[in-house]
Formats: sequence, structure tokens, C-alpha cells
Amino acid sequence: MPTKLEPTAEQIRDEKIYAQMGMTTEEFEMAVKLLGRLPNYTETGLFSSMWSEHCSYKSSKPVLRKFPTEGPQVLMGPGEGAGIVDIGDNQAVVFKMESHNSPSAIEPYEGAATGVGGVLRDVFSMGAQPIAAVNSLRFGELDNDRDRWLFEEAVAGIAGYGNTIGIPTVAGEIQFDPSYAGKPLVNAMAIGLLNHEDIQRGLAAGVGNTVMYVGAKTGRDGIHGATSSSEEISDDPGKERAPVQAGDPFTEKLLMDACLELVKSDALIGIQDMGAAGLTSSSAEMASKAGFGIEMNLDLVPQRDEDMTAYEMMLSESQERMLIVVQKGREQEVIDLFAKYDLEAVSIGHVTDDKMLRLFHKGEVVAEVSADALAEDAPVYNKPSREPGYFREFQEMEQQEPEVDNYTETLVSLLKQPTIASKEWVYSQFDHQARTNTVVAPGSDAAVVRVRGTEKGLAITADCNSRYIYLDPETGGKIAVAEAARNIVCSGGKPLAITDCLNFGSPDNPEIFWQLEKSADGISAACLALDAPVISGNVSLYNERGGKPVYPTPTIGMVGLVENLKHATTQTAKAAGDLVYLIGETKTEFGGSELQKMQNAGKISGKAPAIDLDVEAARQESLLTAIREGVVSSAHDVAEGGVAVALSEKLFGTKFGADVSLEGSAVSALFSETQSRFLVTVKPENATRFEALAGDAVKVGTITESPRLVIRGKDGSSYIEEDVTALESAWKGAIPCLVNSAD
Amino acid sequence: MKFAVIQFPGASCDLDLYHAVTDVLGEQAEYVHHQETDLSAYDAILLPGGASYGDAVRAGALARTAPVMEGIIGAAKDGKPVLGVGNGFQVLTEAGLLPGAFLKNRDQKFVCRSVKVQVVNSRTMFTSEYTEGEELDIPIAHGEGNFYCDEETYSKLKENNQIVFVYSDGNPNGSVGDIAGLISEKGNVLGMMPHPERAAESILGSEDGLNVFKSIVKEWRESHANQA
Repeated sequence: MPTKLEPTAEQIRDEKIYAQMGMTTEEFEMAVKLLGRLPNYTETGLFSSMWSEHCSYKSSKPVLRKFPTEGPQVLMGPGEGAGIVDIGDNQAVVFKMESHNSPSAIEPYEGAATGVGGVLRDVFSMGAQPIAAVNSLRFGELDNDRDRWLFEEAVAGIAGYGNTIGIPTVAGEIQFDPSYAGKPLVNAMAIGLLNHEDIQRGLAAGVGNTVMYVGAKTGRDGIHGATSSSEEISDDPGKERAPVQAGDPFTEKLLMDACLELVKSDALIGIQDMGAAGLTSSSAEMASKAGFGIEMNLDLVPQRDEDMTAYEMMLSESQERMLIVVQKGREQEVIDLFAKYDLEAVSIGHVTDDKMLRLFHKGEVVAEVSADALAEDAPVYNKPSREPGYFREFQEMEQQEPEVDNYTETLVSLLKQPTIASKEWVYSQFDHQARTNTVVAPGSDAAVVRVRGTEKGLAITADCNSRYIYLDPETGGKIAVAEAARNIVCSGGKPLAITDCLNFGSPDNPEIFWQLEKSADGISAACLALDAPVISGNVSLYNERGGKPVYPTPTIGMVGLVENLKHATTQTAKAAGDLVYLIGETKTEFGGSELQKMQNAGKISGKAPAIDLDVEAARQESLLTAIREGVVSSAHDVAEGGVAVALSEKLFGTKFGADVSLEGSAVSALFSETQSRFLVTVKPENATRFEALAGDAVKVGTITESPRLVIRGKDGSSYIEEDVTALESAWKGAIPCLVNSAD
Repeated sequence: MKFAVIQFPGASCDLDLYHAVTDVLGEQAEYVHHQETDLSAYDAILLPGGASYGDAVRAGALARTAPVMEGIIGAAKDGKPVLGVGNGFQVLTEAGLLPGAFLKNRDQKFVCRSVKVQVVNSRTMFTSEYTEGEELDIPIAHGEGNFYCDEETYSKLKENNQIVFVYSDGNPNGSVGDIAGLISEKGNVLGMMPHPERAAESILGSEDGLNVFKSIVKEWRESHANQA
């Protein structure tokens, strides 16, 4: 049998072969020191993947440490597959968001599909039944074939995986901007439910206990995915190799059901997904976390491809695999359990007391490395940070009101902006009702999913306006969390916690590192103010192409508790005659606004809208109180496009119109993006109570029988008068029209 | 009355049918593994939606070969109610218990949304609680829901009143004759693409599908009362 020739340890050092695996010379020297000798090829692979940004967070750790991660509701914070929050009655919700940007830029269908599969495994490896999936997507403008293809295929990939496995995709958000051209962001979030006693951890404990491999076979797909996702996307077609893994949601469905049966068994000691860096990260991390070692015989690893080397097996990112540790002597029970689901469970090693990760292949020791060295001892970099010149310049600009000739035409144009336009084209491809618990489906502020057997529900959302973050990362970071919380509150929920996905350009650029730091400061401040700690997350750096980074995009995934499903509220108007209230004053704030972007060919400048977190928290609390008292018929936050867009959205899908009059200058009143504002409708008989609860709510008009949107100035002058059907068809038709247009 | 909810590998909507029958209707139901061949203990058989075998080859094509099909075919011969929803409908056509076949949706994309469905035949054991011509709001969720049959089969289906449901406000997938649900000649095997189990509770948006299950229960009670 031919053996592949691997470079010798000396060649790896002398020819700097480690550099091809993404390691710097300093890092290689550190590994040599930790090892006390030169690493062989397989060992170099172990170090390089475990010390990649994706696995070690070496550049982002100092930033992540800033996040508040504690609270009485938190049962498990960051560090495991997913975080866990208590929701009472011995139940807990488990959630996590993960990026799959780099594979999605190369092969968007499989990249997005396996993103869904991976984050679902993170959730069920904690012992939780996944109950919902969410996504947050960013693409370039849909004005070219490449970005249209990335968009259509990524959506199809999410649908293909989520629909087949039968976990409903209940919410999501999408924004389009030239900064994402050719480098899309695909962030997938999964939410699961468990009973407290079923919480699992990825621990390889107890000397002699058996390490078992379950799920799909290992192939050569995705080798070194963790490393390549920590590099810039190359424009050199020769270099753009496709390490993209292929997903198999059918196998994952079987694996999920089998693992959820397994977690009920006391034979199970620990379980972890083979995600990024596959067998390497799962084994090294499980051993390191438990303070033990692991020995594995790679000959026993189920293999899909022939003649795989130790290096290939350890670094493969084949999907739908889990590593489990079970009590010695109880392997057959586990084998039988998996056989019921037509899956293989294979003993491939055991737990040792020497804290080493030791690998055998064809009768020889092919790697022998301290598990802690791989999982814990990666270097941590305090990267230099520098305020970009543009920031000062933008901060010094005064807020200016854009010129608008025709308010109605401008509203129609805004409704057609793909970031604002209806996303029905997307979410109608997602099965959002599987498991029959979806109380509020996609299209409202947040989804609401019933917790079966209780009166409770979970409100779920994902949000991030990266334009604000680019202009002012700290303020933008606050806004991202606050907006997510607004969506939860408008849906009748109280924020529980967040997961985040920090998508940035290269941290080696001090100005980008500054964006990362500042936005983390903003996120932290808002988490504290709104009592929503960070319980899990993911960092995706090097989102660049041709040296151009994406806008800083720290996506926030938030889950809230709807105490009683009677409180579940949607954004749309419910009855003619209901009163329309605007909560929060409007200022002239157009920096980074949808209107500014639209009028300036995609370019933005100036200050981001200001936010006062105390005001935000107080308004959210009073609105939630009013919702819980049953005096609010519908609630919607005012976001991109301002009051005119928010009011239009309240009417879409209904047969009503609205007649409102707004204070202040017309352009600001209609289109400004001042934060911490809500539009709610209230039945006339509830008005007194509502006004008592929501101190700064101003009555601006009524919902009308006639399906027309009428917005006037305080002096009675007409700003906008248009049939709602005309507005709605512009809003609904925009994305299908862009998708179907050809170059 | 006891329902069997068949569990084909990978078919995920077993849970939805089970809860509609037990939590909402208060009847008994049990999950039945795909290796089981004897379904004699059950009064009605439910084939769930989802993606059995990951929709490999064609939706429903592999489920036809599962051992449990023997029991399902036996139950159909015995005249027991057999209901296939979504993927379950696809399985019933693949197994020859219902005519026709399924193609990918006309626009090649998965579609999940509520559609208007009209009851064309209310004189069946699955629809007796509806009135003829009634229009229902029931969700669909499928990628291969484009029902196809040749003209001869279609005329026969019409003649025999085998078309039970049609899409009444736009055809979402390209199905021949807007067909949304079909019954066997004998009248005890129904396949439908809309998911009645997803329209069984007002909190989820519609109760319009509940009468499918209520009809099954009512017909069964009446026939068993007669026997007693």
C-alpha cells in the first residue's frame, strides 16, 4: 500500500511548512517549546488548527472578556457548545449563533446548510431538543449575478438543511450593502429546550472510560476549515480551493434523535460536536476541560475515503459526527441505541490520567501532545488598536436633514430597498411551522414559539445594523442589543440573554481591531442596562476580499421569555378605530440611515443615531408592562426608514389604513432613525390605562377602515397619502424583482 | 380509538400529528417504528410529513420499501382509515395506494405558507365534518408538491369523486387540476399536501384542519356503535 510522504519535523521547521497551515514562526516556536521537541506533520496540524482564531479566539479573547456573562438566569455561560438560561419549571433554553461565512462565500448552498447543521449539533450536544432555528444574513446589493447567486444559494441551503431535519426556521434578518459584495455573512442560530437534569458537557473524565465515535464517516472534506476560515477570502481562483463540507440533514436527524435518547442514559459521561477542527478539537477540548487525557486508535475511526492519513482524519471537518465518552463496560448499550437509528457507534479510544492527547495509527504513535497545550495554551494577542481617521471626521459632522421633494415617492423607494423590503421570498422557503409551536411566524418583530405543555413562549430575534456600527462602533453596538431587545419586548417577551456572532475584517488592521473593541464596549453596556448577559457566541474575523473588509457586523441573537402566550403581540394593526401612539421623541438623525444610503449611492457618513440606555430600558419596561396588562393591540419598533416605514409595515397584511399627524419637520418626522421609539396601537377603551403606563407615548392618529396611509403635519398639511395596496406591492415585489433581473 | 403515527427514518412531522390527535383531540396515539409490520392494534394509520430518508431519490420513494408498508397496505385493504400528509401523501403514491406522482414545485423552490383549500367532497370518512365547498386556511410546506397524473387518470379521479381537496386561491405548486388531496377508490386512503395537523389550534393561526381528524373519529365511533 502506498504511504503518503509527509514532510519531516526538520522540513516543517526549515521550510516553514507550518506557515501554510496558518501558523506564525513565533507560534511554531511556542509549540516546539511546549512540546519539548519538534512536532511532526500531524502534530503541527493539531497545533495550527487548535490555535487558529476560529478555535482559540487568540485575537478576540481580550475583547470577549469584557462581556457580562452572569446573571441569576444563566445556568451556563460561554465555553461549552451553547449557553443555557433558566426559564422556570425546571426547564431551560439553550442557544448559540455561529458563522459560516468563509465556506458560504465559496459554495453558498453547502456553506449555509452546514452552518445550520453545525449550530444544531452545538445545541443538541448540550442535551437539548432543538426547537427553532434563526439566521442573520448579509449580501452585496442584488445588482450583479455573483451576489444574487450567493443570496439564492445560501437561502436554498438553509432551507434544504432546516426543512429536511424538521427544525422550524422561525425568524431571521437580512441586510444588503456593497460592503458585503462577494463576501456574504451567513450566521445561523439554534434554540433548544431541556430539563435541568439533562444538561450535558463535553467532558472526557474517568480513567479507562471509553471514547466513542458516532455519526457519519470521516472523509477528506473540510480539512483545515478552521484555519481557512481565519484567512481573508482570496481573489486568486487558483488559491480558492474548496474545503467546503457537504451536509446531510437526514443523517443529522437520526444523530439528533439518537443523541437525545442517549442523554437520558447514565452511561454517558460527556458529549461534544466534532465541529471546526473535527476530531482534534473535540478530543483535545473534552480531555482538557475534564483534566484528563485521551488515547485514540485512528485505525478504528469510520472512514469514507481510502488511505486517509492521521493528519487528514484529525483535521477533517466532515459533518454530522459527535465524540462521546461513556462508562467502561457499557459500550454495547450505546452501540445498540445508535443501531436503532441506523447509525454506527464505534469505540476508538479511552480516557487516561496523563492529560495527553495520544494518537495511534497503524501500530505507531503518530501524535503525543498535551491536551491543555492544544486547548488552553494558544497565544493570546493584545492587538494594537487605532481610532480610524474617518471616525473623528464623522463625529464632527452636524446632523443634517436630507432634502426630499416628494414624500410619497421617497417612502415607496425606501420600501423597495432590499434591506427594508418584505423578506417573504426568503422565509416562504423555510419551513417555519414544523413541530407545531410557532405562534408568531416570520415577518413580525420577533418570532414567538410555544413551550409545549406550559403557558409560556420564547421570543426570538436576530439583529444588527452594521451601518451605525461602522460610523460609531460603540453606539452601534449598544443599538444592536437595544434593537434586539425592542423586538423581544414588542412581541411580549422579557429579554433573557444574548448570543453574538462578531463578524469583522482582519484584526491585524488596528482600525478594525478598534471597531471590534468599541463595539464590544457598546454591546456590554447595553447587555448590562437591559439585563441580557452574553451566554454564547462566535467570532469570525478576516471577512475581507481584495483588502476590503465588510462593515463591522456583531450580530446579536436574543431570546426572551413570554410569561404567558396571551402576551404574544405582533406588529400589525388589529382593528379600525384603534389609536396609534408613538413612543419616544423624534430628532434629526440620518447618519447611516436607509434614506442617506439610498440618496448617496450606498455611501454613508456622519454620526450614528444617539442612544441613551436608561431611556431605552425604561421605555422597554413600561411597554412590556402595558403589553402584559393587555392594553396594547400591536407593537412595532421604529427602525430603518423611520416612522413612515414602520407605520406602513403595521398596515401590510391587514385590510386597514391609518391617519396620523406628526410633529416637527416633515423629513425627520417621516424618515429619521432616532432610536428607542415604538409605534403601538391601542383600543380606545384602553387608552387611559395605556397612557398611564407609557408616560412618553404620544397619540398620533387612528387606524382607519379605509385602506389608505395618510400622514400629515401638525398644521394639517399632507405629507403622504397613498393606497396601502400600492405601498404593499412595492414592498413585497422588490426582492423577487431583483432576484429575477439579469445582468 | 387508537391512531398509529408511523415513524419513517428522518420524517419529522410525526410529532405534529401525534400532538394534534392526543393534545388537541384527546384521542390515543402511538408512534410506530418503520420496522414494525403488524398494525392490527390500531384503528387508523397516519403517515407524517417531513422528509423520510432525507427525500433521497424522490420524496417518498424509499419509505415505500420500509417493512411497515406491509402493515399499512394491510390496514388499507381492511378498510381502516389511512391518512398521508405531505411526505405521507408522496409515500402513498409511491406505494401505489393512491394514483399519480409528485414533481418538484413549479418554481423549483420549497414553499411554506398558508393556502386556501376547498373541500370538494365532504362525503368521505375524512371530511364528513366539513360542508361541501367550504374554504379552509391550511398551511403547506413542501418542495415536491406538484401532483401529476395523466389525463385519463384525472378524468377517472373526477368521475369517481376522488378529488377531495383543491387549491382554491392560486395553485402554489403546479398540481394537475389544482389537486390538494385525493382519496382511494375504496374511500379509506386519503393523501393531502396541506398539513391539517398544523391548522388544529387557533393559537397557531387556524383550526380549519381539525375536522379531518374529527371526521375520522366520528366515522369510527359510528361504525363501531353499529357493530355493537
